[in-house]
Amino acid sequence: MISANLAAVFYLISGVLFILALRGLSSPETSRQGNFFGILGMVIAITVTFLSIGSFSSGFFYVLIFLLIGGLIGAFIAYKIPMTAMPELVAGFHSLVGLAAVFVAIAAFLNPEAFNLGSLGDIKLGSLIEMSIGAAVGAITFSGSVIAFLKLQGIMSGSPITFKGQHPLNALILISIVVVTYLLCSTQSSNFFWILLAISFLIGFLLIIPIGGADMPVVISMLNSYSGWAAAGIGFTLENTALIITGALVGSSGAILSYIMCKGMNRSFFNVILGGFGATEQSSSTGSKEQKPVKSGNAEDAAFLMKNASSVIIVPGYGMAVAQAQHALREMVDTLKKNDIKVSYAIHPVAGRMPGHMNVLLAEANVAYDEVFELEEINNDFANADVAFVIGANDVTNPAAKNDPQSPIYGMPVLDVEKCKSVLFVKRSLSPGYAGIDNSLFYKENTLMLFADAKKMTEEITKNL
Amino acid sequence: MEIDPFIFRLSIFILSIFIGYFVVWSVTPSLHTPLMSVTNAISSVIIVGAIIAGLAGNSQTIFNISSIFGFLAISLAAINIFGGFLVTQRMLAMYKKKKKNK
Repeated sequence: MISANLAAVFYLISGVLFILALRGLSSPETSRQGNFFGILGMVIAITVTFLSIGSFSSGFFYVLIFLLIGGLIGAFIAYKIPMTAMPELVAGFHSLVGLAAVFVAIAAFLNPEAFNLGSLGDIKLGSLIEMSIGAAVGAITFSGSVIAFLKLQGIMSGSPITFKGQHPLNALILISIVVVTYLLCSTQSSNFFWILLAISFLIGFLLIIPIGGADMPVVISMLNSYSGWAAAGIGFTLENTALIITGALVGSSGAILSYIMCKGMNRSFFNVILGGFGATEQSSSTGSKEQKPVKSGNAEDAAFLMKNASSVIIVPGYGMAVAQAQHALREMVDTLKKNDIKVSYAIHPVAGRMPGHMNVLLAEANVAYDEVFELEEINNDFANADVAFVIGANDVTNPAAKNDPQSPIYGMPVLDVEKCKSVLFVKRSLSPGYAGIDNSLFYKENTLMLFADAKKMTEEITKNL
Repeated sequence: MEIDPFIFRLSIFILSIFIGYFVVWSVTPSLHTPLMSVTNAISSVIIVGAIIAGLAGNSQTIFNISSIFGFLAISLAAINIFGGFLVTQRMLAMYKKKKKNK
């Protein structure tokens, strides 16, 4: 058994290792080492916990069993999961962190002696507040992530679910969370603890259902942040430095990602959270779009255009992920490169369903990361490029964001695809994107629409090159 | 008058938020997905609380309501730890630079 002070030092070390794990992600070269630091930090934290408890009773055996069960499930998922399902996986993992926080809070509430928090019915006030926060935020993370998971997985419709009085109801529940926490702390009654958990689960559920599928990048980042704050809350309860540091890191990480995602859509955080986006706009735009002429072509036309180009910029979007077209796309690019055509990839911050979604898919298809560029890095290059190949993206290329103040996406940073000499649009139909607005790019003279499944179309183009 | 240890923990917390802020801004956007999966894995360090809860039962009663919740939390956190780190590793292994001789 090691002393509490020594244990605290080791927890601090593992906290520092977690910081280094995130620091490593500043570039792909250092990232693998960063991940190793993270694993090391975790091993230290777990080992020290065992050592500080010291008594290797028969309970220890069960701890290992449960650890092993979870570990095997986790490892199995990690190896089996396709890269296109990464958003669902992350949402699912968030829900587990939330639920684990809730369970630890319950365990601490029922057996406070084990955590040096006082005794049942007489828990230290500070600890009780921290525990309540951890439990409430954990519960919100859990039910919110479950809804996000179901929406991403397609089990639940991605369209926003709204009803009358939604916002007042949510506000009422949030207020009652505070009230119940107060009652719990003043009476120490376990009834209030269970009520607190129940309404926290409910609010997590209610907060996420009005948010549309395409706003998921914000939701996932936000839930990422919540899972951090939940961990920090539990960290305060357990007086554990590693947990406090980690909770703060994860909390601010998720918050920054949500901010970046909101900025990528030019929307305020509250606008996203209040939800309903994508449902309301649809009615206003279904006016005259059918009449306008559209040039559509086939794989041969597209191949011809690209063969005669000297530089091509690929703009991938969520549609590429849905069609699993990343490998076919890479093959097409390989063929282009053999013909001495310069190819680069342009990625919009909110392309896909989670931050960095497109980058991972391209990396999976063996695309070198130094050929992939962010919006600010590449936006000036469109004017000099011959062909823009838009595959499964839509709203992020819509010029309306720049020149139509009436448009709901006005002000959103977009890729200047229209400046290219010609634009190829791989899309299944003319239907508008999630924002429910028409893309004027479809009707431009230099745009060629390729109506097909993204994967099939790319494969056919490759054959024709 | 002595300073409540809570204040020290609060200081660590606040400073860590700032560290997180600066460290995460320096993460390259192309690694935002691995960032999410690795933060997921490290926030599962909550397992330390679960282990304490799981081992809190005495030798006669290993399983009481509190420790059962602890054991369940151990499994949940372990799924995240192994799943999170391994899937991050899998993703990071895919990020390659352009090969010169290709």
